[in-house]
Amino acid sequence: MDAIILQILNGLDKGSAYALIALGLTLIFGTLGVVNFAHGALFMIGAFVAVTLQRIFNLSFEQIDPTKKDFLGNPLKVEVPYVEAWFGADVGDWLIDWSVPLAIIFAIPVMLLVGFVMERGLIKHFYKRPHADQILVTFGLAIVLQELIKYFFGANPIQTGAPDAFSGSMDFGVLLGFDPNVIIYPYWRLVYFLFAAIVIGAVFSFLQFTTFGMVVRAGMADRETVGLLGINIDKRFTLMFGLAAAVAGMAGVMYTPILAPNYHMGMDFLVLSFVVVVVGGMGSLPGAVAAGFLLGVLQSFASMNEIKSLIPGIDQVIIYLVAIIILLTRPRGLMGRAGVMEE
Amino acid sequence: MKMLGLSQRDTTFLLIVVFLTLVTPILLQPFPEGSGMATFNAGYPDLMQRFAIFGIFAIGFNILFGLTGYLSFGHAAFLGVGSYSVVWMYKLLGYNVVPGILLAVIVSALFALLIGYVSLRRSGIYFSILTLAFAQMSYNLAYSVLTPLTNGETGLQVYTNDPQVLMGENSPTSPHFFGIVMNESAKLNVGGWEFTFNNGYYFCAIVAILVFYLSLRIFRSPFGLMLRAIKTNQTRLNYTGLNSRPYTLAAFVISGMYAGLAGALMASMDPLAGAERMQWTASGEVVLMTILGGAGTLMGPILGAGFIKYFENIFSKINDNMLHQWFAWMPDGIEDFLIGLSHFFVGKSWHLTLGLLFMLVVIFLPGGLVEGGQRIAKAVRNRRSKGDGAEAQTQPAE
Repeated sequence: MDAIILQILNGLDKGSAYALIALGLTLIFGTLGVVNFAHGALFMIGAFVAVTLQRIFNLSFEQIDPTKKDFLGNPLKVEVPYVEAWFGADVGDWLIDWSVPLAIIFAIPVMLLVGFVMERGLIKHFYKRPHADQILVTFGLAIVLQELIKYFFGANPIQTGAPDAFSGSMDFGVLLGFDPNVIIYPYWRLVYFLFAAIVIGAVFSFLQFTTFGMVVRAGMADRETVGLLGINIDKRFTLMFGLAAAVAGMAGVMYTPILAPNYHMGMDFLVLSFVVVVVGGMGSLPGAVAAGFLLGVLQSFASMNEIKSLIPGIDQVIIYLVAIIILLTRPRGLMGRAGVMEE
Repeated sequence: MKMLGLSQRDTTFLLIVVFLTLVTPILLQPFPEGSGMATFNAGYPDLMQRFAIFGIFAIGFNILFGLTGYLSFGHAAFLGVGSYSVVWMYKLLGYNVVPGILLAVIVSALFALLIGYVSLRRSGIYFSILTLAFAQMSYNLAYSVLTPLTNGETGLQVYTNDPQVLMGENSPTSPHFFGIVMNESAKLNVGGWEFTFNNGYYFCAIVAILVFYLSLRIFRSPFGLMLRAIKTNQTRLNYTGLNSRPYTLAAFVISGMYAGLAGALMASMDPLAGAERMQWTASGEVVLMTILGGAGTLMGPILGAGFIKYFENIFSKINDNMLHQWFAWMPDGIEDFLIGLSHFFVGKSWHLTLGLLFMLVVIFLPGGLVEGGQRIAKAVRNRRSKGDGAEAQTQPAE
């Protein structure tokens, strides 16, 4: 029992990332009808916003510290980050420590901007082209973005730590009445899951309970009619693209302490997220979220030793296997609607 | 002149392709050794072999994607299967490539039959995802559970204690074709030029010509016409009472066999096989080649493959010293600026160039390089005919 709970917990953080990326992909597909292969790159850019912010906070200058001496008795030079010099040591330290969560504040405008530029500059011209063309051009864009990041940040993963307050693990089992030290779960993964739940909830309530969201949903159902009613639906859809980019970016920012960002993380997640979207049902937002968590948890179950010894290699293929089975038995995915991508 | 069941135009076309393929070692070596432009030479065996092999891969992919419009993202799986089959034949029988290549084609056909039978039940993006899922599964399995078959991360290679039952006393100890050793070459020095005629390249080239001829026949056959009909309007085809599945499945298997053959040739040139050949990025590469050259055209995939492999090689070789040499005549500030700018595009970041180029092609030239060539030819012809027309035109009487 405790092992099962542990695996469910382990699957949640990966599942959260899949769900967030898949949510954005589905938003873009549902509104604009575009298959965006560059969505993984947006996730990666988000992660690198966090890296950049951490680097900016760590920018430092050398200062002679009069209170310390080196072993020859000369005054010692110490590196002092600018933020500490400007805001005082306490606030500066706090800023450096909390750079990852703080990066969210910067990631939202950056990702909105990236999203708008992408949509207005490139995707707009591909509404009427075949899906294959959309896949190909966004695939090209993903390569370009990936290489730009590689150029500026190098090919090696960059460690980006969580704030000290969240760096340890918690004994989750004690809360549920198990023995101590049975279910150990890192704090940050819990934070990530809660964060994902909040973002997903926010996106859904935005679509469900605001007038703007209502218009967008109407546009997803029947774009032409909404246009005929005198509503500028294109403008709203562009905004939704920006929103989807921001969701992917935030998912990337928060994921940095779990996985040190590297330039190809976007592609790695993209392939899986596409599988998630298709399993959930193309164009269905709840489907994308459900499939994301489902596949994340299944993946962590499959990597249990008991199951691996039963079916060797299952941990490597479980996601793809589930995708194949679902696509063949439920052609529209878990919650797909009829008539999407079936021309 | 008609040959081999081709029309006159196609015969000429095929002969041109054959001629170009055979003189490639000379054509790709336009600059003398030691001159500043020698970097741009591409006439060395390794690269020319890759032209031919990836040409075959792309020709095969084009039979599926170019004709039927089904975009497979999993063709690299067949490439890997082909390579593994050949290396296994080396280990069991000996270094002759023929049994390995035959086995590779058969195994990849069976593999393609299985994957195709399942994947082709869906179309559009679902098909792409299904093929991707199968290929990634093969890749992951090759790294983990199938290690006894694939030797995992080390990659499959021949060891001295392998049986190699057909190895005689005097058999060559590297891949050969009935005694013709692949990595041997004849060199010819003419003036400052050095031409390398490599056995392996000619082996690949002859295979490439054969399969190109085959694809030419497929393009011109009623079967090819049927595949094109599927791309144009599958629904209408179904309404006329035709079941299109056997046709798409046949196309899928054929293109899988081409990919298996390409993988087999890779292992024939270099007796190694690794799982990274099956990764989805390799599938993406063949998509890039086909689109860049021109999907659905005969020459397109070959052009695309050659183009990408050439620039991969040349662009990634350019370094700072060469840039300084080229821009030396400019004022210092501009020189440094240009060199800084070039860093984005050459050396390690040449993929950026590829990505940009690919985007530009998809945006402005959906027909690829072939369409670009046709447009230029048309513009030239129009201008010429306009020039002629102006003189010959008689003024209308008013």
